[in-house]
Amino acid sequence: MKSARKHVVLTTSLAAALTAMTLASCSLTSSPDKDSGKATDRETTSSPSQAGGTVVLASHESFSLPDTLIKQFKEDTGYDLEVRAAGDAGTLATKLSLTANNPIGDAAFGIDNTFASRPLGEDVFAPFTPATTPPAEYALDEGADRLVPIDAASVCVNVDTAWFKAEKLDPPKTLADLTDPAYKGLFVTPGASTSSPGMAFFLATVAEYGDDWESYWTGLLDNDTLVVDGWEDAYYGDFTAGSKTGKRPIVVSYDSSPAFTVKGDATTTAALLDTCFRQVEYAGVLEGAKNPAGAEALIDWMLSDSVQSALPESMYVFPVMESATIPKDWAKFAVRPTAPYEVPSEEIAANREKWLTDWTDVISR
Amino acid sequence: MRRIAGLLLLALGPVLVLGVLFVLPVTGMVSQGFWVDDRFAPGEVLQVLARPRVHRIAWFTLWSSGIATLVAITLGLPVAYALHRLALPGRTTLRAAMLVPFVLPTVVVGVAFRTLLGEGGPLGFLGLDGSPVAIVAGMVFFNVAVVIRAVGAAWESLDPRPGEAAAALGASPIQVLRTVTLPALRPAIIGAASVVFLFCATAFGIVLTLGGVRYGTIETEIYFLTTTIFDLQAAAALSVLQIVVVVLLLALSARLRHVPDPTAHRVVARPRAVRLADWPVMTATVLVLSFVALPILTLVAGSFQVGEGWGWGNYRALTTTGDNQALLVPVTAALLTSLRTAVDATWMALALGLMVSVIVTRRSQSISERRVRSLLDGFFMLPLGVSAVTLGFGFLITLDSPPLDLRDSPLLVPMAQALVALPLIVRTLTPVLGGIDDRQRQAAASLGASPWRAMLTVDLPVVWKPMLAASGFAFAVSLGEFGATSFLARDDQPTLPIVIYRLIGHPGEMNFGMALAASVVLATATACVMVAVERLRVPSVGAF
Repeated sequence: MKSARKHVVLTTSLAAALTAMTLASCSLTSSPDKDSGKATDRETTSSPSQAGGTVVLASHESFSLPDTLIKQFKEDTGYDLEVRAAGDAGTLATKLSLTANNPIGDAAFGIDNTFASRPLGEDVFAPFTPATTPPAEYALDEGADRLVPIDAASVCVNVDTAWFKAEKLDPPKTLADLTDPAYKGLFVTPGASTSSPGMAFFLATVAEYGDDWESYWTGLLDNDTLVVDGWEDAYYGDFTAGSKTGKRPIVVSYDSSPAFTVKGDATTTAALLDTCFRQVEYAGVLEGAKNPAGAEALIDWMLSDSVQSALPESMYVFPVMESATIPKDWAKFAVRPTAPYEVPSEEIAANREKWLTDWTDVISR
Repeated sequence: MRRIAGLLLLALGPVLVLGVLFVLPVTGMVSQGFWVDDRFAPGEVLQVLARPRVHRIAWFTLWSSGIATLVAITLGLPVAYALHRLALPGRTTLRAAMLVPFVLPTVVVGVAFRTLLGEGGPLGFLGLDGSPVAIVAGMVFFNVAVVIRAVGAAWESLDPRPGEAAAALGASPIQVLRTVTLPALRPAIIGAASVVFLFCATAFGIVLTLGGVRYGTIETEIYFLTTTIFDLQAAAALSVLQIVVVVLLLALSARLRHVPDPTAHRVVARPRAVRLADWPVMTATVLVLSFVALPILTLVAGSFQVGEGWGWGNYRALTTTGDNQALLVPVTAALLTSLRTAVDATWMALALGLMVSVIVTRRSQSISERRVRSLLDGFFMLPLGVSAVTLGFGFLITLDSPPLDLRDSPLLVPMAQALVALPLIVRTLTPVLGGIDDRQRQAAASLGASPWRAMLTVDLPVVWKPMLAASGFAFAVSLGEFGATSFLARDDQPTLPIVIYRLIGHPGEMNFGMALAASVVLATATACVMVAVERLRVPSVGAF
């Protein structure tokens, strides 16, 4: 009885302390304490040498660059960089298109070749020529005067080479192989309607099979292909090399993925280089930006060697500039396709709705 | 007439808040679809509703949410009873733990469910992966806590004597339940059911993860149409359809909730010892608890898995920014942001919710007055049933210029979360406030008490406990809120669910483990706060 009483007193005081702590640590969110050092920093040092103010970069949730680089940007140009990164690439494209008259930032990064025509059609971007010219192979057919390529990543079918070795089976090589009964029930892909790599893989099949993609996909499904919601479901949920309970050794992922499955001095997965679709991500100055000069400086900076060399480790993508250095693991294990599939961005824009509704019908059958 | 004017004056604050933060953005976004090239084109929008795809999606939304609601109520009732009326050992902790699913990020729960149901999982033989059954199970998992908590709060303060009297007159336990207890609980049950239905009908992440890509609900379709296809007309059509369905549902539930005489004497019954005859309730409780515990245990187990072995590695990594700098801030910093945001969201929601509840439950003296009150009641429920996608994009395009330039305000996140929590608070408080006999207030007034004094002595003692329960609810909602937050959160101050989502989407062996560990931390933090709420209210019982 006594101990029970003690227990109640103890938990009550613990609970009280916890509540007090939470309450104390709070008040109108705008935390004026420790971790807002950044904010005060911004105010006190916002009288820079060359130029002034803040540059706001609108991006998607995958945006990430090391803090040291962002500080360097401030030292080099005098601008404070504020990143507003939320939602996926489609959300970003919609946000930019909807706010064309009153942009949510000065520059935008993260519009890829599958979504470029939407904001371009709404006149979201202002013309801009960067100080250094990225290789012409990444330029858009339309809108190259406004959107500057920053990085590229190819979506490729990946295989668990360790699994295939153990099963004494030759891994598939091409898209056509995936419908081979030898690989029945071994393939998992994120959906085209719900996932950006899923869409890229779908576009690869469209590039390969043209209007016959429906029968190819029917073949895939007949071969017991599993279609899941997102890349993380496929890779961490069903892929043998990504999940302990995974049952499928073939997955849609990136050309760089093998660099993340290195055990000792070898990787246990491989990207099938004949199945790739290349996604290029672009940056642009927003029309009506409050700080257009800052936005231009920001994009020039994103093409600088220091940022370009940081892209692989920060965002899992390859730099577009050839002068950038690539991390050792990447140089060794992330092999890039030489001739990835391509679908022009206007064709994607014109057909996206029809393709995706037809695709949903095919996989719901 | 003067009463109605007074009522409207009192309602002005909450209505204004909801008008700016909800009606304005949603109208703004929906009208994007109605105006094509500066031409008002409602006909084209309505044509969208004739598409067979839309019919299929609307039907699926209705029946999956309907079944999930029924199941959640059926499973939740016995547990609500067991945890609020029976002297179970550790029931306070259990009650707190039951709220954990409610705050877990859907993407994590999706992964947990799929590790169970997937081809390689222990329940893989059932073949439920990607089926509607999995979707409904996921919805029930998230929402059974709403039923347990909302109905439990009402059940706890239900006078046991009418039931005892019926039993003394020879009624069987089933008869007592059917003729005495359930009718008295009806407002609370209907209230909980309508909230659960709205939560299910607007579920987003869980439908995508568990249903694969085959099944769409109105909510996932609005997202698809807005972001992937950029067909704003169709998105507007579906948003309007969603609002109409929600309004109809709210009207129906208001009708069902209405009881001829809500005034019941409220006392907090002493929990009684468990008897042998309680076995059906106990069995059901154990089953529901295991159903909820299973995915959570999978998560916990996963969070301790490091490489081939076990260990604390994933937890130690929470102070870092993850493998390959997956994050901009360490998880621990995100936890602090989450807690701070939740405190703000809670007081905002509680303040608004209390005002709304008082307004809608005061006894009306005329029919028109009652109409105004029930209209207001339904109005404040709306945020639950309207697409977060529509609302989120609406924020961007309507709150973008002075005097309403809130787009970049750090307060936007707690405000949005408070909106989501508001209906829960209102639904928890109104059955209790509505149950107070107005004559008590009149008596207090005739004895010379000011309206404030009357409220303090009549309403407060009764509403005190449900209020704590409601604030715990709001806190949990805010901690776990993902949809609106992901849209509005600033990159340098992400909340915990945002960080978890980010971790899970980044390659790197450690990141997945960290995501699971962070989810366990989020769950534990919630459970601790809930235990605190439950504990702190204990001393107050004897005081009144």
